[in-house]
Amino acid sequence: MTGHYCDLSNADVLLSCGSNNLENHPVSSKWVQRALDAGATWIVVDPRYTRTASQADIYCPIRSGTDIAFYGGLINYIIENRLEQTEYVNEYTNATYLIKDSYNFDPETGFFSGWSEADHKYDTSAWGYQVESETDGAQAWMSEAGVPKYTPKAVKTIKRIASIDDTSNPDYKHSVWAIMKEHYSRYTIETVCDICGMDAATLELVYKTYASTGAPEKSGTIMYALGQTQHHYGSQNTRIMTLVQLLLGNAGIAGGGVNALRGEPNVQGATDMAMLVFDFPGYLKWPSVTDTPTLRKWLETQPNAQGYYVNKPKFLIAGLKEWYGKNATVDNDYGYDWLPKIPKNGAIYTTIGTFELMDQGIMKGYFAWGQNPVVSDPNAKFNRNAMAKLDWLVVADWVVTATASFWNAPDMDPSQINTEVYLMPAALIYEKSGTIANSGRWLQWRQKAVEPIDEAKPDYEICDMLWREISKLYQAEGGACPEAILNVKWDYYVDGKIDPRPVAWALNGYEIDDSTDLGAKAPKLLPNFTKLTADGKTANAIWIYGGFYNNNADPYDPAIQPVARRHTKIDSEDGVNGKEMVPVPDKDPGNIRLYPSWAFSWPANRRVIYNRASADAKGKPWNPDRVLVAWDDSKKEWIRNDVPDFGFSTTAEDGTVTHNPPEKCPAFFMKDELHANFVTTGMKDAPLPEHYEPFETPVEKNLLNGALNSPMIKFAENESVKKGDRSQYPIVATTYSITEHWQTGAQTRMCPVLDEIQPRQFIEIGEALAAEKGIANGDEVVVFNNRSEVRMNALVTKRIQPLTVQGQTVHLVGMIHHWDWTNRYSTGEVTNELTPNVGDPNSFIPEYKAFLVDVRKA
Amino acid sequence: MELTRRGFFKATALAFAGSMAYELSTRSAAFAIDGDADDWKLVNTEEYTNICCYCSGGCGVICSVRDGELINLEGDPDHPINEGCLCPKGAAMFQLRNIVDDKTGEIIHNPERVTKPLVRRPGASEWEEISWDQMIQEIARHVKDTRDATFIDKEDGVTCNYTPAIGSMGGSQQNSEEEYLILKVMRSLGIVAIDNQARV
Repeated sequence: MTGHYCDLSNADVLLSCGSNNLENHPVSSKWVQRALDAGATWIVVDPRYTRTASQADIYCPIRSGTDIAFYGGLINYIIENRLEQTEYVNEYTNATYLIKDSYNFDPETGFFSGWSEADHKYDTSAWGYQVESETDGAQAWMSEAGVPKYTPKAVKTIKRIASIDDTSNPDYKHSVWAIMKEHYSRYTIETVCDICGMDAATLELVYKTYASTGAPEKSGTIMYALGQTQHHYGSQNTRIMTLVQLLLGNAGIAGGGVNALRGEPNVQGATDMAMLVFDFPGYLKWPSVTDTPTLRKWLETQPNAQGYYVNKPKFLIAGLKEWYGKNATVDNDYGYDWLPKIPKNGAIYTTIGTFELMDQGIMKGYFAWGQNPVVSDPNAKFNRNAMAKLDWLVVADWVVTATASFWNAPDMDPSQINTEVYLMPAALIYEKSGTIANSGRWLQWRQKAVEPIDEAKPDYEICDMLWREISKLYQAEGGACPEAILNVKWDYYVDGKIDPRPVAWALNGYEIDDSTDLGAKAPKLLPNFTKLTADGKTANAIWIYGGFYNNNADPYDPAIQPVARRHTKIDSEDGVNGKEMVPVPDKDPGNIRLYPSWAFSWPANRRVIYNRASADAKGKPWNPDRVLVAWDDSKKEWIRNDVPDFGFSTTAEDGTVTHNPPEKCPAFFMKDELHANFVTTGMKDAPLPEHYEPFETPVEKNLLNGALNSPMIKFAENESVKKGDRSQYPIVATTYSITEHWQTGAQTRMCPVLDEIQPRQFIEIGEALAAEKGIANGDEVVVFNNRSEVRMNALVTKRIQPLTVQGQTVHLVGMIHHWDWTNRYSTGEVTNELTPNVGDPNSFIPEYKAFLVDVRKA
Repeated sequence: MELTRRGFFKATALAFAGSMAYELSTRSAAFAIDGDADDWKLVNTEEYTNICCYCSGGCGVICSVRDGELINLEGDPDHPINEGCLCPKGAAMFQLRNIVDDKTGEIIHNPERVTKPLVRRPGASEWEEISWDQMIQEIARHVKDTRDATFIDKEDGVTCNYTPAIGSMGGSQQNSEEEYLILKVMRSLGIVAIDNQARV
């Protein structure tokens, strides 16, 4: 989330699209309700009349997988009716930037310019800016001792038009604004209705209501979840929400933002921590053979000196120092080459590809940490058969999950499966301590309440045992590239025992030299990430967490760290290093529920990111009742209810702090161009989101362009996918969760009370389809397509209505996915045997939310 | 120190149980229970704050512990996000560890939980118990054998130091410190196939 949960209450209009948030993020509804109490309007766009829809002011059904058409129509409506927040768009976005002549989109084919058929990808530079001039991008710190030599990118001045109304400018047609206007002019109300299966009057009401937040003082928030992202163009779905929010001036304000309601307790943390193929912690790039074969090349591909991200080299080098300690030196590129580099075909190492690698016999060993991919991954039957080719499998979990017992699935023959499987009993969340990041980026400390039962152990202890044993083997025997292992710094001990607190120091950042040994002595913790350096004198595992655990008065006591604050602050002169926590006098400065003295919000305890955009160019808040930051011209200083997301002050050599005037404080100061982007080169599949149909679609053609699926769809060519045709499987299916169970059910089906309130798996079928198929409420049915068939009970309902799409009736069904063959209290079949293992080229997310099936009575 | 109701409880529950302060803190018309009774559920407990393990809301919970065992788990009323509320899953988190035995009515450890290391040998149709030491040694050997047999040190002349043969999945259920350690172990082994619940 760019905001946070409590901030939902500040919105004037709330839009839930691709999120059944009342059911799946129940606490969000508390804050939505506060907004409604204050007079807000709630819009829900969803294929089903969900629990969320039942509480909304406006409900608009949509065919699964057509969100870009819906939002594209909204953009067209905003632009045609001039409902954008004009000053915001001119000042804070790249709308006035000029794009190169080489940019083009051809609706006949559905392709943007830059496509290479041979490489099957776009050259995204075809969508770049027209550059006016370039200047040297070097900064003083880059030439200091210990900083690797590299040539930073030049700072570019981009050609612009005066404003989005500079239509007489001969270059107007090359402006981002003109390109965007033309691009979405095809997304008329009529076309959108025909694609999405919507009613024009309802759609117009939705557009009118949401676009009303383009008024400067109004806030609109968008809540989304996996309904929006689990498509082969899921990243573009996310992007188009950003476009809408930027047009309406809803990014960086209280009650605004693009708010992903993330689906796991610490998935925000896992994403921050880059537990992903292509990332390095803190949203840096993991080294790759093709783009960043050397440290120098990595440094030279970083953003230029205009934006704050020019500092990324500091964050990487501090990361390498944390990783390798004294073994990382400027002479050995801080150990850069010891890290594995992503090979040329990196995409096959993402989730979907991993199972193909097992099937091909390339992947031989697999770790599953509290995750149950045999149930949660698409094309699950293929996956468990692929796993049978593994030599070994290690699972850390609380129960015997389906992943741990894949060999024992009803259709598997254990005697034919030679995989050695280890199940490591893991501690529960209240049997260990540590930090967790919620969707609103709040880092909170969990206190250990009880010892793990019997022989269960926390994952950190399991990691330590594994690492020590593997290191011992390499020490004793050598092997392949032992230096990559033996040079690793591993010193997270307290009194000789592995402990999360020294790891927290690593996540926060600390001063390091050759004598540093976290296991022997606490280091000097850094106050925040601005103190990180590229000269090897600082260490930090994840720069964005800098400051969350920085109290040097007692680094061993989590209770006096920012992460553990409970409307409290450190009682000391500098406010950072002190032995006591004391209550704060005002827990809600500005009365907008920022709660800055509760826990720690990354980055820098900022509650709403991009918050400079909450005020106009002169620093005057768009809404005086919802002040995040404001320039006080009489005192020449910034009022700060939130931590400013811009360089608000300058400290002179003598320590004098002067606040920088608003014109020196651009709203998107982290970016190269200091402006938020509508057209971008940052996505692999399109510079502007464009509608494509789901991989398995119930329609014959794409009404908006000549390509049915996105040209960049991943994994569609794999044999395992077994694409279904609409003539065989005419019904659109989607998957979702219910509030009483969790993901694959491994955790919740072990709780008898939850099995009592939701004991069975079901498929929701509309009354018309049920009548057509002779299915009554409660009947057992078989849901099937080319990938598998799955049995469950029918829930015949009015909540799903057939839609009229391109003149035809399209039926939808919805399945929950919390069941498998394990567990003593409640079992079922695996819904994900039906979902297609194809995905998005940017994030590699699979397309769970729109695919084709048929249904028959069992 | 901070004297919120909960902070006060944690510091004083042991000392003041049954005292006037305790009664004033707990007795109200809403509590249809005799506060003088010896078996008042939260007497003599220590309270620990934790965060829910389901959606990403980050709701606060209070774990009440007596004699080293979890007695109760409830929403944290001081927590600004959930203000004491929990959804059905969060409210049932107690059962991850302890449930009521439907035969005896006693509270027992959840029998569905795995609390001993297990191994399933090739071709076997049952789990066997194994010691932690033995299990870790076997896994380390598997890792080393697989890594050494499949390690690729160069691609197109570029040092790449990876193995395509091992994958690691998960991390969204762990604490952030654990995520870093899992990442550090896996990446240091040369693993590129790293993913978590971010998308699936």
